[in-house]
Amino acid sequence: MHQGHKHFLIGCAIVLALAFALMATVTNEYVFFATYVVLQFVVLATAWNILGGYAGYVNFGSSAFFALGGYAALVIFKWLALPLGVQIVVAACFTGLLGLGIGLISLRLRGIFFSIATVAIAIIFETVITNWDFVGGAKGLQVLRPEPMVPFTSYTKMLFFVMLLMALGAVAIARYIENSWIGRGLRAIRDNEEAAECVGVPTLKLKLIATVISGALMGAAGAPLPMYLSFIEPVSAFSMNYSVSALAMPIIGGTSSWLGPVIGAVLLGTVQQVVTVTISSELNVLIVGVLLVFFVVVAPEGILGLVRKLRAPKVQPTGQTRGQTSAQTK
Amino acid sequence: MRHAQMASSRGSVSIARRTLVAAAWAVATAVTVAFSAGVAAQGAPIKIGHSMAQTGPLGGGGKAALLGLQIWRDDVNARGGILGRKVELITYDDQSNPATTPGIYTKLLDVDKVDLLIAPYATNPTAPIMPLVKQRGLLLMGNFSFEVNENIQHDMWFNNAPWNDAVSWSQGFVEMGKKRGAKTIAFLAADGEFSQNLATGARNLSKHQGLTTVYDQKYPPNTADFSAMIRALKAAKPDIVFVASYPGESAGIVRAVNEIGVGEQVKIFGGGMVGLQFAPLMEGLGSQLNGIVNYNAYVPEKSMEYPGIKDFLTRYAVRAKAEKVDPLGYYLPPFNYAIGQILEAAITATKSLDQKVLAKYIRENEHKTIVGPISYGRTGEWKIGRVIMTQFTGIKDKDIEQFRQPGKQVILYPENLKTGELKFPFEKSRK
Amino acid sequence: MFSWDLLYGALVFGLLLGCFYAAVSIGLSLSFGLLDVPHIAHPAFLVAGAYGTWWLGGFGWDPILAGLALAPVFFVLGVVMYRVYYAMFESRGSDAGLRGLAFFFGIAFIIEVALILAVGVDQRLVEASYIGKSIELPGDLRVPLRLVVAFGAALLLTIGLMLYLGKTFMGRAIKAVAQDQIALALMGADPVKVKQWAFGIATAVTAIAGALLIIVGPVDPQLGRVYIGRTFCVVVLAGLGSMSGTLAAGLILGVAESIVLTFFGASWAPAVAFGLLLIVLGVRPQGLFGR
Repeated sequence: MHQGHKHFLIGCAIVLALAFALMATVTNEYVFFATYVVLQFVVLATAWNILGGYAGYVNFGSSAFFALGGYAALVIFKWLALPLGVQIVVAACFTGLLGLGIGLISLRLRGIFFSIATVAIAIIFETVITNWDFVGGAKGLQVLRPEPMVPFTSYTKMLFFVMLLMALGAVAIARYIENSWIGRGLRAIRDNEEAAECVGVPTLKLKLIATVISGALMGAAGAPLPMYLSFIEPVSAFSMNYSVSALAMPIIGGTSSWLGPVIGAVLLGTVQQVVTVTISSELNVLIVGVLLVFFVVVAPEGILGLVRKLRAPKVQPTGQTRGQTSAQTK
Repeated sequence: MRHAQMASSRGSVSIARRTLVAAAWAVATAVTVAFSAGVAAQGAPIKIGHSMAQTGPLGGGGKAALLGLQIWRDDVNARGGILGRKVELITYDDQSNPATTPGIYTKLLDVDKVDLLIAPYATNPTAPIMPLVKQRGLLLMGNFSFEVNENIQHDMWFNNAPWNDAVSWSQGFVEMGKKRGAKTIAFLAADGEFSQNLATGARNLSKHQGLTTVYDQKYPPNTADFSAMIRALKAAKPDIVFVASYPGESAGIVRAVNEIGVGEQVKIFGGGMVGLQFAPLMEGLGSQLNGIVNYNAYVPEKSMEYPGIKDFLTRYAVRAKAEKVDPLGYYLPPFNYAIGQILEAAITATKSLDQKVLAKYIRENEHKTIVGPISYGRTGEWKIGRVIMTQFTGIKDKDIEQFRQPGKQVILYPENLKTGELKFPFEKSRK
Repeated sequence: MFSWDLLYGALVFGLLLGCFYAAVSIGLSLSFGLLDVPHIAHPAFLVAGAYGTWWLGGFGWDPILAGLALAPVFFVLGVVMYRVYYAMFESRGSDAGLRGLAFFFGIAFIIEVALILAVGVDQRLVEASYIGKSIELPGDLRVPLRLVVAFGAALLLTIGLMLYLGKTFMGRAIKAVAQDQIALALMGADPVKVKQWAFGIATAVTAIAGALLIIVGPVDPQLGRVYIGRTFCVVVLAGLGSMSGTLAAGLILGVAESIVLTFFGASWAPAVAFGLLLIVLGVRPQGLFGR
């Protein structure tokens, strides 16, 4: 446990060091644009997994949290002209509150009913934004980026770095939850909510913690969107693609651990980015479809589960084969 | 896999075409000309990068537009390229999604190192790349977007679309109604970027003209049926009905109007309905289109027979059939071809690929294209808007070929292109 | 703005449209409501049915006839689909819900792309003698004939399914399998066979509903995404697995949308429909007509 913690911190340090090296040496902005998108999906998938993977409550309306994060940031920027950091914090607080609302809904609704309620919420908020002229309504709004803050040479690099920090933060939070009493409680809820309740697990409190954190992280992931695009518009911000990706990535990577969504997001996010600028056609949609079907059929526990299965000693004729392989390695 | 095969077969077809064209050229003129062109074209290609919606709601238009550009590329290369260099198009699918275009365009610039950029089809995918091109001081040819440069004020932006401001859209429509004694107007507009801009322009114009608004409805995308709305609209008894709709709903509106009617007093109906320019919907709706007055970019009327357009459309039709895209291709493809022509003229005249030099040339000169002469105003839009208002006349059911003849979409506005008179009132003009 | 005449019109159109909503949802009410399969690809099948209808329309087939002709093909497709789903998820047990959902999402995307590759991204519509005409109802109300046809077909479909589930042996078995699989197995029926049969029927019904979809309006390959919300809304509003409830929920949704768009502005219609759903879920999670 303690050892793992050390490894995790070292991993974070390495990632940060790599990011600094990248920003110092690479001038090709595309690298940062593309990596930003992948990192954004790491945050989104990790956030989804806190509720969906640990507690088993499937949020289908992730796009609403994501988009509302973006719109909250836009309002702060347009109204008070505050910097990106403040925008993100406000956006996260706002979508965290929304998460609280979702958590209260989960008092009454479970399973697919909960998922459908989240879809309904997404559609209602999209309608509200579409009808709100201050944020551009259906027409959308062009945003002029301010100058980047001091240490950064370009705004794109700054966005990349901010998203990287958020990704590391999200993963750290997910990892903390997973290993703490919260994670144990959430898993108990996922396995059998009634039973958990009976043995004294504070289910409501736990669910609210999970929905608030998950919602806040999703909003944070969406908050830099208006600055990233210099534009925001409801149809693409509330796009179903975000909801599907948020759920597909953890499933592909494995929902049981914090590492699963990261693997899924990096894999699927990178594949999508690569396909967009290589084959670039309807195959884009196809790849998501095929990967989803392939992984849920072949690797039910995601890539993590697959790796675990391959590494685990085989039960039956193991003695001999294991002896041989170990002999060989020696 | 399947796509790779398709792409390669498509490639070989166009290579075959190219050699054929080259051979014909050689016979027609002199062998030496073809030879020298071939030699000159051996330098590194001029790379032109862009994204184009090939999936999503803009995909239908985007695929047709792309074919227009590809035909231009093949024509240029058959002539030996520009300044002796072949032209290479680098195209990515933006999935109709503005969230993809900043990434795609930085890739085009930083990785593919393209020489020139063309904007994606439509406003939303274009909006996010405007700050990028302004910041880097790049020339960008616009592709049917609307007021996207309004806030950015980039002086190297040139939108190739026949409109400039919101008023240029609806002017002809409102004026025609006013001239026929209309006093009241009704609006039906989709809740989308394009249609709302359109409707706003029309609203201002009608207020200016002293028309009273008796019905003003904004409807959400993906509305399943319009019967209730058309009935409410009919109850308001307007003299003019201005509709700004997207392809998905245009057909539903036309149908509901046929079935329920809009009232005898309506003089003119239509205005800004997107989709009625696309062959699949035109074919599907057939005679239900009669009488509708709608905006257009190009129709095959005598007054619009610009040099080269007929030849282009004939060749387009052949390739469109093979590639399963809009078989008529009047809306976007000729304008995309014209984008190519403008770039070609600029490069040839200035003998340069310098963005500033090219932009200066495009700004200061008139360009002869297959969609007529084009010159640019201060904001990078056409100096004089040329949104034509056309009326569907004598349309039969289930016949795509009829739209290739003149007289089916009569031009009512502007005056200098007019090929017929408005038939009104609306209900009577349909019989 | 208010007038009794407009209210009358809004009610009639709402009922017509509501019946259509019920028709496009009823297959899902069977597959998801009764069988508990998270069939998120249902709307994609709907669109596939619509495109099949369009394709047969090219040979001069009437849309309704085309829908009926497609039904057996879809039945087989549904059976195969369930076999795969069963083998991959239900038989393996745990966590079938989430992974099943992802699986059907994948299927939906694959269908979408298959349609794009086969017919392109353009919108398609069909022609028939009852499209583009209208009939006159009392009170000077003209209604589109295509909506009336869709209304009638939807009504027949729903009543037919209700009778089938209530009166035939197989129908009762399907209802039983939804309630108590073990009891059914004890009676000597194989629950898996019953379920695959039921899933086949649900998919066959979707083909007919797809024909109605393209009768009512134009269709494009990605239209299914829009109907995910709408169909699940109807099924949940109804209460899972209730056929008569599905009809009633469709009608409620249709009338609510129609009244809102006539009197309050169309752009709020989607929010109202889903707001209604949220309220119902909050007050009565088992749906309006749930067991």
